[in-house]
Amino acid sequence: MIDELREKIDKKEVTSKQLFEEAKNKAKKYQEDYNCFVTILDEYMHENSTSKLDGIPYGLKDNFSTKGILTTGSSNILKDYVPVYDSTVYKKLKESGAVLVGKTVLDELAMGGTGTTGHTGIVRNPWDKTHMIGGSSAGSAASVALNIVPFSIGSDTGDSIRKPAAFGGVVGFKPTYGRISRYGLFGFASSLDHVGCFARCVKDIAYVTDIIKGQDEFDMTSLPDDNKIYSSTLENDIKGKKLFYIKEACDINLYKDSKDTELLETLKIFHENIDKLREIGFIVEEVEFGKELLDALYPTYMTISCAEATSNNANLTGIQFGPRGEGNSIEEIMFDARTKGFSELIKRRFILGSYILQKENQEKLFLNAGRVRRLVVNRMNELFKTYDGLIMPTSGGIAPKFGEKTDQLSDRYLILENHLVIGNFGGFPSISLPSGIVNKMPISINLTGRAMEDDLVLNMAYKIEEKLGYKGLLKEEYDV
Amino acid sequence: MYKVVIGLEVHCELKTNSKNFSGSKNDYSSIPNSNIAPVDLGFPGILPVVNKEAVKKALKMAIALNCKTPDEIIFDRKNYFYPDLPKGYQITQMHKPVGVDGYVMINVDGVDKKVLIHDTHLEEDTASLDHFGTYSLIDYNRSGIPLLETVTEPCLNSAKEAIAFLEALRSMFLYCGTSEARSDKGQMRCDVNISLMDENATELGTKVEMKNINSFNNVEKAIMYEIERQTEVLNSGGKVIQETRRYSDEDNCTYPMRSKVDAVDYKYFIEPNIAPVKVTDEFINEIKSEIPMLQYERINMYMDKYSLSRYDSTILVKEKEIADYFEKCIKEGSDPKLAANWIISIILGHLNKLEIGINDIYVTPKMLTELIKMVSENKISSKQGKEVLYKSLSDEKDPTDIVNELGISQIADDGEIRKIVLEVIEEQPQAVQDVKNGRDRILDFLVGQVMKKTHGKANPSLASNLMKEEIEKR
Repeated sequence: MIDELREKIDKKEVTSKQLFEEAKNKAKKYQEDYNCFVTILDEYMHENSTSKLDGIPYGLKDNFSTKGILTTGSSNILKDYVPVYDSTVYKKLKESGAVLVGKTVLDELAMGGTGTTGHTGIVRNPWDKTHMIGGSSAGSAASVALNIVPFSIGSDTGDSIRKPAAFGGVVGFKPTYGRISRYGLFGFASSLDHVGCFARCVKDIAYVTDIIKGQDEFDMTSLPDDNKIYSSTLENDIKGKKLFYIKEACDINLYKDSKDTELLETLKIFHENIDKLREIGFIVEEVEFGKELLDALYPTYMTISCAEATSNNANLTGIQFGPRGEGNSIEEIMFDARTKGFSELIKRRFILGSYILQKENQEKLFLNAGRVRRLVVNRMNELFKTYDGLIMPTSGGIAPKFGEKTDQLSDRYLILENHLVIGNFGGFPSISLPSGIVNKMPISINLTGRAMEDDLVLNMAYKIEEKLGYKGLLKEEYDV
Repeated sequence: MYKVVIGLEVHCELKTNSKNFSGSKNDYSSIPNSNIAPVDLGFPGILPVVNKEAVKKALKMAIALNCKTPDEIIFDRKNYFYPDLPKGYQITQMHKPVGVDGYVMINVDGVDKKVLIHDTHLEEDTASLDHFGTYSLIDYNRSGIPLLETVTEPCLNSAKEAIAFLEALRSMFLYCGTSEARSDKGQMRCDVNISLMDENATELGTKVEMKNINSFNNVEKAIMYEIERQTEVLNSGGKVIQETRRYSDEDNCTYPMRSKVDAVDYKYFIEPNIAPVKVTDEFINEIKSEIPMLQYERINMYMDKYSLSRYDSTILVKEKEIADYFEKCIKEGSDPKLAANWIISIILGHLNKLEIGINDIYVTPKMLTELIKMVSENKISSKQGKEVLYKSLSDEKDPTDIVNELGISQIADDGEIRKIVLEVIEEQPQAVQDVKNGRDRILDFLVGQVMKKTHGKANPSLASNLMKEEIEKR
């Protein structure tokens, strides 16, 4: 973790170059089995700085623009694309002295939650290779879970940081919408896209967020600086802070007839953890959120994200960059490039998005989805008048196995697996952290707070981490 | 006979330092792809940053067009695939244009007409494409330049009205300093919607759209051609097809491009990367205060207040700088009619000859006013005045100094001329007698003698009057 590495560097027990080489070697060692990276950097690139992150190696999701370094979005259509400009996040990390080790694999163009659709192959779960790590920030999650790097940068449109963090037994955080500039992050669904990070403890998350946050002249949706240092308020007293969880998802009686032992075990641990939180002074209450709204989360998310995605990715035509298609007319050339460049799943989403945006469907689909989104956010803001945060199991179980069928229609999959999008709908800060072990695999708890209160969310998460005792969690074999 | 109904969509590039959504220069460059930033090429991950100057100028035009302005500025995406559109969508305004429901007054052949504006909205220009035999080249210099699209209601009824509107609109851009509005540079481009209907019909006929016509001249020709074509179709019992046609200036015809069935669904939705920006009353008032009096109002003022003809007024307001110059002359004390005459008959010719602007000439409104005064006070003749003005323009000297240097100021003093008149009468008794006998022509000879004695400085009409007066006394 960062404090340890910082101390080692400062005491000159190790150089940042050595840390980089070590990380690079680990990255290469695990690449065949886990496939964390699209690109592992050969060259040690370090700008001197006095920040906490000076000399610390890290991974960056391959949908952040890095000048001169291949950036593929894990898609064939960008397989040879070398950007001409730096994303703001990469620029800030560079200036803070952090050392980039590699660009991490994602689900193609950040769409999907399995870590299986990147153009360079599937990403596997460091806890068990037969399990997924989840996505879309699959490589970023796995690179931290494998202890290759102490932190990685990801992006989160529905749950793309928090879900793979949960499945990989690491901490994943996305702050308030606009807190971190999106400039240079390949757009998926602009109104839902967030930048965030993975680490093995809340403190490291705070360190990294302190560096990469801030208003950016290149991102009009970025928030004015809050001039807070999140890592300095982690120890604040949380006694009396009020949390709620959603009855329609967490009430164990709902699953009386379920044979899903992992789900039942996960919920049991969740409720035990809730009791532990009460022990340290949190007030936690069960709240009925509204079943209709919860059932609408997934379709609403799909509707908005597919619509925005189809437009955001319309630049990928092979004209300005990317592989040039073949054909006898400009239309044919673009058509060919897109036909060859995208996987079936992506094309399906684009077609959905296009359908949703069609004049005759917009009102019923796109605009209604926007209204539902507003209703969900309103409900949250109403609850936030009473509560300081929403606490939930990040997922209803452990990471799924490859090839495992998921039942999209059961309550578990409709609500427990999809509630994280609430954080994206409202731009609320949201963090997932390890909370237990089920069948030798990590499970996770999620905390979502009021917009703008990133400091409080991290403060509460820090206290929860302390109490639950999974700080720095690693599968034993990687603890070297 | 059919009634012609025309609606126009006019695109005009705004004059700003940088592009609409990026920091690259908004400037014409002969070197392709030299004024570009990642944003203009639609690279993955780019985000638009709205140019405040462009928004301000767009609002300025909206206000000048008597439009209602929105409470906040938001943008929309217009989605379609074309190589000149690097992002795959154009950022434009659909839900809340900078201006809606406005009007522009025009005057065609002395008749006023209110042209209704549906809306005016801010968007970005596309890249420019050059097609060659087997390949095309793309220049992104134009990509992202702020573009204001002004859409009229279908309320124009002739090519003449359409051109009058375009002229009026262009003058607004120039008066407001929001664009150079040059169609020869492709800064101003026009789509024309035109339909024909029976004189007494209540419903509009089927419209045909003509895209991207690049000069006013061609707009006029395209309209004339379409009126003729559609009239023939209707007269022969046919139906006009709703379609988009292309005007070709090579043979002055229009050709079908695509039918309505192929119309593109642009899938507009609000641009999520641009947070709404409130438009405050303060901001609007600030903009209002910067809008000068426009052409149409000035013409009316010149006619009503200064009693100028419409013809002269129209000439004076063609360029704001000239109108301003004229108004400054009046402020300096010039007689409006005289100032108008001097400017139109001499100064404008000078400007045209040298292809310069009125602000480039040496003669200031104050100087011109003094010159006009000298003439009206008979200090110099109007013929001399003209010569002085020409000389002042070419030699860059103050007219008063020229008059002094040449010593051409007239003797306009009654007493002084009378003295000389008496002298001449004294010397020419025979001639005086002849005049008295009715030989008027001899009077000219006597006046000529006065001029001779004064080396031409005597005011001729004054000399003539005094001569008559003195002879009659005898």
